[in-house]
Amino acid sequence: MAGTLEDDASQDAPPVSVRSSKRITLGDREGALAWLFLLPSVVYIVGLVAIPFFLAIGFAFSDVSAGDPSYDFAGLRNYRRAFADPVFWTSLRNTFVITVITMILVVVLGTILSNILVADFRGKWVVRFLVLLPWTTPVSLSSVTWLWLLDSIYSPIDWVMREVGLLGPDTLFGPTGNMYWLGKPGLATASVIMVQTWRLVPLAAVIIMAGLAAIPDDLDEAARVDGAGFWRRMFEITTPLIMPVVAVATLFAAIFTFTDMAVVYVLTRGGPTNSTQVLASWAYYKGIEGGDIAQGAAIALFLFPILLAAAVAILRSVRKVEVL
Amino acid sequence: MALEAEPVRRDADRLRAKYHRRYLMGRFTLYLLAIIAAFCCAAPFLWGAITALKLNGDLYNPNNNPFLFNQPATMDHVLFLFQETPFLTFIWNTLWMGFLVVVITLVLGLPAAYALARLERPWSGPMAIGIFFVYLVPPSLLFLSMSRIVVWLNLQDSTWALVVVYPTFTIPVSVWLLFGFLRSIPKDIEQQAMVDGYSRLQAFVRVVIPIMFPGIVAVIVFAFTLAASEFLYALAFVSPTVEKPVSTGVPTVLIRGDVFFWQSLQAATFVVAVAIAFVFNLFLDRFVHGFTMGAVKG
Repeated sequence: MAGTLEDDASQDAPPVSVRSSKRITLGDREGALAWLFLLPSVVYIVGLVAIPFFLAIGFAFSDVSAGDPSYDFAGLRNYRRAFADPVFWTSLRNTFVITVITMILVVVLGTILSNILVADFRGKWVVRFLVLLPWTTPVSLSSVTWLWLLDSIYSPIDWVMREVGLLGPDTLFGPTGNMYWLGKPGLATASVIMVQTWRLVPLAAVIIMAGLAAIPDDLDEAARVDGAGFWRRMFEITTPLIMPVVAVATLFAAIFTFTDMAVVYVLTRGGPTNSTQVLASWAYYKGIEGGDIAQGAAIALFLFPILLAAAVAILRSVRKVEVL
Repeated sequence: MALEAEPVRRDADRLRAKYHRRYLMGRFTLYLLAIIAAFCCAAPFLWGAITALKLNGDLYNPNNNPFLFNQPATMDHVLFLFQETPFLTFIWNTLWMGFLVVVITLVLGLPAAYALARLERPWSGPMAIGIFFVYLVPPSLLFLSMSRIVVWLNLQDSTWALVVVYPTFTIPVSVWLLFGFLRSIPKDIEQQAMVDGYSRLQAFVRVVIPIMFPGIVAVIVFAFTLAASEFLYALAFVSPTVEKPVSTGVPTVLIRGDVFFWQSLQAATFVVAVAIAFVFNLFLDRFVHGFTMGAVKG
């Protein structure tokens, strides 16, 4: 009603307004108020996101470095150098491999987990608390915990494998007593995927829970009355209804994996010999540790077109949720 | 009659038994899956808690069972963490930095969310989408140029750099959540207040904010969690040890080159993880609710 007061006034003659006798103050002028309410956030975001963003594009075409901060236009030099570096291509490939596999695992496990978390059972509070741990813990700290779990000598995973006879002389996984999880290129990539999946499944589950909670109860009951079993209800009612929310969860998981450098930085430092390097960590090594800001910005800028595509996809799926 | 009733009753009994078995199977599977899920998620922390209390001689022997105390437990490494390292300084930095980030987020985000949800302007829709998109722009893309802005603001190597920078991602996500909560509050409530003589601004401050309070608390928890977990900005902008938050301070102090203070690291992780997850779990339902409302009607 309040939003349409002006329209009412213009349509109905004589204007019937509850506030006609009152002085119109700033607190009542909705157009001005809307701007006043929004402006601080917009200014903040423009100042600290939009400006750095365009600055990053500027840096990518310059020769700015930590030692020589003066800006000189350098054209595509940074890109030529990046393309000539085999590590760049490794990082690009790793970024995609890690993101795609993590994304698939997170969606499957997150959907299962969310279905568990919305069910009623004893000790639900404790289970939810334990399940939330991987996501609420600062990623640098949980990665350090994993670093110890995957240690080259003292890994308890190796210990269990030795005890059950999977590791050691004359066993399935070879003569050595350790797996060296982070020491072999393939295993190191798998470890990074495992940690990313572990930390993002709870987030996906929480988002999908939101979708499950939004399904009307009577729909499920009606199907039950009609004799549909658990699997039938799961695949023909629940799954189609939560698909849009699952899509949102998928894309969040993809974006968080795609842009994260903390897991790689803590677990492997990109090694062994850059075999687990991703774009975000490679940009950090070049830009901050190497001091070559322009080169780092050029590498980081590769993240953007892909993220933009992901964002558009998120928007589309959110629009679909509206139909629910 | 009796001849007919007998098989019917037997059928009913059989069906009842069948459904009861199914029900028991379902409950059993549910509990089994819940326990497996909880174990997979929490195992590293539970095991870290055991590690934190181990003696060096116990820990650094690959033949010892890593899940048991082969030698007596010790509090030495936990005490080391609290007494010999700036762990408490890191926690304090994270707390006050997180507090200020949350304050900035709410002061800017609440009015913005209200404007988008209630003061219907033609540009509300695109603006809401635009603000949400900002959340998707990752630190890994911005941190290099952001570091220059931090230098211009003369905030480098200070926790204040994080206070200024973190709202760039907490504001968008909070506006998104608050937008969802606002949509779940009937408009009649404010309108009644305005009929009773409040202005739009007064209705917002005195009526809407108190009703939204549970949602605001959920946003506070969420924004604080995001600020406490952030790693890249903290790593790039703040190098003096005493200015660091937990996320970068703990690894820097307890990992010295190749020397890892494993027990103390595990103790630090355990303390931080349990504290944050506990508080977050209290508000999980509200968070889920806010997310749905934002998504369903955004």
